[in-house]
Amino acid sequence: MVLLTLVWCGIGNAQVNSIELSGNISLEARAFLQSADYPGQEDQNGSVSIEPEFYVDWADGDQRIVFSPFLRYDTSDDERSHADLREFYWRGSFQDVELKVGVAKVFWGVTESQHLVDVINQTDLVENIDTEDKLGQPMVNLSFIKSWGTLELYVLPYFRERTFAGEEGRLRTSLVVDTDHASYEASDEEKHVDFAVRWRHYIGDWDIGLAHFSGTSRAPDLVPSLHAGQLVLIPHYQQIDQTSLDLQATKGDWLWKLELISSRNDQGRYTAFVGGFEYSLVGVLGTASDLGLLLEYHFDDRDDKATSPFQNDIFTGVRWVLNDIQSTEVLVGAIVDSDTQATFGNLEASRRLGQSWKISLEARIFSNQDKRDLFFDLRNDDYIEFQISKYF
Amino acid sequence: MPIAAEPSVEKGLAIAVEMDRRDAGFADSASTMEMVLKNRKGDVSTRKLRNRVLEQEEGNKSIFVFDDPLDVKGAALLTFSYKTKNDDQWLYLPALKRTKRISSSNQSGPFMGSEFAYEDMASQEVEKYSYSYLQDEELDGMPVFVLARYPVDQKSGYTRQLLWVDKDEYRPWKIEYYDRKRTLLKTLTFADYQQYLAKYWRPHQMEMINHQTGKSTLLKWDDFQFKNGYTEKDFSLNSLTNIR
Repeated sequence: MVLLTLVWCGIGNAQVNSIELSGNISLEARAFLQSADYPGQEDQNGSVSIEPEFYVDWADGDQRIVFSPFLRYDTSDDERSHADLREFYWRGSFQDVELKVGVAKVFWGVTESQHLVDVINQTDLVENIDTEDKLGQPMVNLSFIKSWGTLELYVLPYFRERTFAGEEGRLRTSLVVDTDHASYEASDEEKHVDFAVRWRHYIGDWDIGLAHFSGTSRAPDLVPSLHAGQLVLIPHYQQIDQTSLDLQATKGDWLWKLELISSRNDQGRYTAFVGGFEYSLVGVLGTASDLGLLLEYHFDDRDDKATSPFQNDIFTGVRWVLNDIQSTEVLVGAIVDSDTQATFGNLEASRRLGQSWKISLEARIFSNQDKRDLFFDLRNDDYIEFQISKYF
Repeated sequence: MPIAAEPSVEKGLAIAVEMDRRDAGFADSASTMEMVLKNRKGDVSTRKLRNRVLEQEEGNKSIFVFDDPLDVKGAALLTFSYKTKNDDQWLYLPALKRTKRISSSNQSGPFMGSEFAYEDMASQEVEKYSYSYLQDEELDGMPVFVLARYPVDQKSGYTRQLLWVDKDEYRPWKIEYYDRKRTLLKTLTFADYQQYLAKYWRPHQMEMINHQTGKSTLLKWDDFQFKNGYTEKDFSLNSLTNIR
């Protein structure tokens, strides 16, 4: 509120350059291919979401306010019916320095099948298990835009807990995650102030990001606990110090990618990386369409104790971009565990309809899941999702 | 072993250099662009973009910002052009807040599903082609040079292009594009030239017709503004995520 008032006074004295409302409304239907494992779960589910974005620019675009709430209603999962402030920040540009204050989203990284170095925002896991949806993160972000690259400093004064499917939602662990009783290593819990710094630059064909994060881990350990006579999983958030490198070499039709982290917590230090390539075949079979061949290898030296399901896994995928008027795209891929052969199969396809509608299809298949795999609990949650979105 | 250049090669290059010289010194520009995509049946689809260009000695820098269709609104493409090597390109995807370095070796691919390839939209540096002057002609009563140019880049979708350039102002009025099989693929015509800062000519309409598919794309340029005082900071990876 203070922020809003300050800003309003600021705008009052300046000329507004542009003011705009945009966003989208989406209808989504999911059909699960196996019947539910737990009582209360359903085999179909419908959902609607809205994400408007309001922004105003003034002082020649050097100052800006963005306000973007998000709201979803889900027919079967109370936890998936949720609201979030995706973004609500003020940004000022002053010569080669930029200051952002408020709730915002930040993306770090280069790889496609996992986002290891992307640690600023918490994953909104109920939205999609691909971990690409993020909750808004309160921050003060100061950036220096120099000839030697961009240096970003972050102060993150408040922690956001990861969202998990509720008791009646599909795609949940066999024990329900009790998000009301999360525990923390830090005594000041979600009020622990996290810090991060990142430098990024490009040198010729190379894009480089080097970062350090110190604070509450976005990925919780799920600890079985007895609560009110019921066995549940309590998310436990550790303190971590994580240094990361992300690297891309763009060599003609080849994109070589690497994300590497070295992270230290109570139990010691561990290393994880994901690396591989995307190779583009241009104008396949005499058409205008492009074919991208993707291969990425995942490694985590904590092995079975990894909080990520990808500790010795290989992702292979094909991206088909038709380059047509409707921007039709299809991505098919699978992540296979080299130890257990457990396979997580994926299909994502989308196409524009007219000028402001978009339809998309998504399928996720969990096959051959072993008890040791983190996706074991999802083995009967294969699903197909159809989505139609209206943009405004 | 160096051989003496053919007179037609020398004259072709001289025309290209003069075209470049007449456009040099504009410093920077901003404009809006509407693309009207038409298929064989006549169905129409439109795109709206904004464009910024920064003139640079080693090759221009440019940003395209997408405004319409609405699902790609806020996406932006940053290009650093070079005279003799592949361009650097980054694409910003607003939904994920993600900036992706993309391969620029895909020069022959369509720009936003249109009949314009990336290489047609790119900064036309003299060094990107070799040249040959063919003849003098009249185009709609206007005296023109006709020259051929050959892309240096092996990955170009074309074997050659024919240009019709007027003798008074050295503006292109027509370009024919010949594909790798050496057959006529597309014709681009320029119309509605207007002069800015009493020096720089800009076409307000460019129409590309694909003879092999029957599709066409009309580019309508507007709101040209020069000398905006842009600096390299306005064409940085950071600015790409902030531009609206």
